[in-house]
Amino acid sequence: MTTTAHGIESAAWLLIALPLISGAVLLLAGKRANKWGHLLGALVPIVLFVYALMLFFAVKHEHNREVSRHLFNWIHVGRFSIDAGLLLDPLSLVFVLLITGVGSLIHIYAVGYMSHDPGRRRFFGYFNIFVAAMLLLVLADNYLSLYVGWEGVGVASYLLISFYYDRNSAATAGNKAFFANRVGDVGLSVAIMLMFAYLGNTSFQTVLHSHLSNGVASAIAFMLLLGACGKSGQFPLQTWLPDAMEGPTPVSALIHAATMVTAGVYLIARSAAIFDQSQSARTMITIIGAITLLYGCVSAFGQDDLKKVLAYSTVSQIGYMFLAVGLGPGVYAIGIIHLLGHGFFKAALFLSAGSVMHAMNDRIDMRRFGGLRTVMPITFAVFVCGYLALIGFPLATGFWTKDKIIEAAFDKGGTSGWILGIAALLGAGLTAAYMTRALVMTFFGEKRWEDDVHPHEAPKSMTLPMIVLGALSLVGGYLLIFGGGVQHWLTPSVGPSVEEGVHTVNPTVLSILTLVVIALGAYGAYAAYGRKAVPVEKPVAVSPITRAARKNIYADAFNEAVLMKPGQWLSRALVYFDNRGVDGAVTGLAAGMGGSSSRLRRMQTGFVRSYALSMLGGTIAVVAVLLAVRFQ
Amino acid sequence: MTPTYYLVLSAALFSIGAVGVLVRKNAIVVFMCIELMLNAVNLSLVTFSRINGSLDGQIMAFFVMTVAAAEVVIGLAIIMSIFRTRRSASVDDANLLKY
Repeated sequence: MTTTAHGIESAAWLLIALPLISGAVLLLAGKRANKWGHLLGALVPIVLFVYALMLFFAVKHEHNREVSRHLFNWIHVGRFSIDAGLLLDPLSLVFVLLITGVGSLIHIYAVGYMSHDPGRRRFFGYFNIFVAAMLLLVLADNYLSLYVGWEGVGVASYLLISFYYDRNSAATAGNKAFFANRVGDVGLSVAIMLMFAYLGNTSFQTVLHSHLSNGVASAIAFMLLLGACGKSGQFPLQTWLPDAMEGPTPVSALIHAATMVTAGVYLIARSAAIFDQSQSARTMITIIGAITLLYGCVSAFGQDDLKKVLAYSTVSQIGYMFLAVGLGPGVYAIGIIHLLGHGFFKAALFLSAGSVMHAMNDRIDMRRFGGLRTVMPITFAVFVCGYLALIGFPLATGFWTKDKIIEAAFDKGGTSGWILGIAALLGAGLTAAYMTRALVMTFFGEKRWEDDVHPHEAPKSMTLPMIVLGALSLVGGYLLIFGGGVQHWLTPSVGPSVEEGVHTVNPTVLSILTLVVIALGAYGAYAAYGRKAVPVEKPVAVSPITRAARKNIYADAFNEAVLMKPGQWLSRALVYFDNRGVDGAVTGLAAGMGGSSSRLRRMQTGFVRSYALSMLGGTIAVVAVLLAVRFQ
Repeated sequence: MTPTYYLVLSAALFSIGAVGVLVRKNAIVVFMCIELMLNAVNLSLVTFSRINGSLDGQIMAFFVMTVAAAEVVIGLAIIMSIFRTRRSASVDDANLLKY
């Protein structure tokens, strides 16, 4: 089965140790590291990427392309034993390459982006810790180690969202993300407990190769799904992701678009063997994916904040990935490929949004942009590359990866296949529409910015990574899909890709249909926003749908009314009970004792004769009692 | 002569002493009343010693006498020093130590 690590592979633990050490150095060294901290922080992922490439070629030649590296015996109590180890297999290596590759580019970008920020060293420290946790998440060879990485990225994400902790909105957004993630984490931890209870072990080797009864498999699968929904911002735990844009833009690009939020997809793909045993959980994934992808599209329309548009777009694209991994064996690989492509183009889009922000004095309201095309040509070009890739323009990344998912959804067959397929197709049209709206409002039309803003192109350290990512957005999809290379590569992990099944709709017809829908969406948005001037203030008289989209289809309002308000009432009632009931009893008892003793104190008059009288009285009483007992 | 009379006498002396302690104000008189009570107890101890035919009670009486002598020395010294500072030997005047 798996090969034991040897040679270069046995040092795989460096992938986690290096960024962890670097992060610790940056955070502990204090001001001394201010001068060189960011360079160390940016160097680490590059070194890791080179090492990951070497690992990739080493593992490629191994039998079965699965290498395990046992690290140490973590917990050993009686018969209960947990080993910590790393698993290098096609799936984890693909993720390692994505994390370190896109991560390196974004780190380089961040050197330029954060150059004027006083907290730059702290930023790179958190960033490196995030990379360490994320790599642990994807490299772990058992669910318990995976859980450690899972929580680690949660903490890093929290720290980075509330990076500008003196801003109230950022602190709140960090808390919101943390709470929503907690709900999901409970699901994952329950799943791990179930594995311990029924299998006694959480290593992938055991869990993924054992047959569970249907009920247990479903329970574990649903709990894993809850965890995946929390981390990946899927319905109904999606509301934290758009708010997470409060963090610096490189954070949004790396953590909340390219890597961390795809951890849910990774978890499901990794646990494929469990989901294969539970049809109901699998159906649930597709439903969640379809709902979320439409939800994200509609909500993205209502946003005037460029980063929020991209955030909802991320929610929606991860919905596509969920849909793909939910469709079952044979489609996993397509979901992972879309994930990789999405990592490229969404990072490109976010980085160019960051560049725009950088140029516009950190203002992000698209109604205040306009006409930036000529002022920032490189940013514009990169954004267009990302835009074409995202909407699925022919030959760009999305065309190869997203169309496959739509095709697979139709190929599921039956009524559910048609519903999912039409949802995915509709989502593609809506994606084209809201992205066109964002593109037109930002880069075309009249300039609407205020007088004190002087837009300029970003420095080289920012534009270079953007150009690389922009190029990858254009050609990456073709490279990923070309000759089925990635699909073949992933086969040992997620099973073979079944391409040539029974097609419900002819692929060529479907491809053309998709393009027509995309063109309609893009044209519709152009007609609405490109032809006439965009008002600087938000229009007030709008349709109910727009109003709902602006408030992200009332998801926040729902959470507030159903979860937050009752929670607040409950805590207020408990505080009242604590103050009046518990504290009342305690302080009342103390006050009673104090009052009675101050009255009792009055007996101490200072007159010796009264003391003598009480002594005599006491003695007589004792003697009387003794006599009464003696002679009764 | 029955020993009961001695016991009655002892009880009477003790009662007189106790009432004296309670009703008199002069510290010297109170002191004398305490001595009276102690000696009443001594009398009853000796009486019981005689009744039971053992020497235990008499030995106890010697102890009581020793303690009483020591107590007189200390007590009179205290009364003297209180009188010097307050020009009064009344126990009711020495009432500073109170709530």
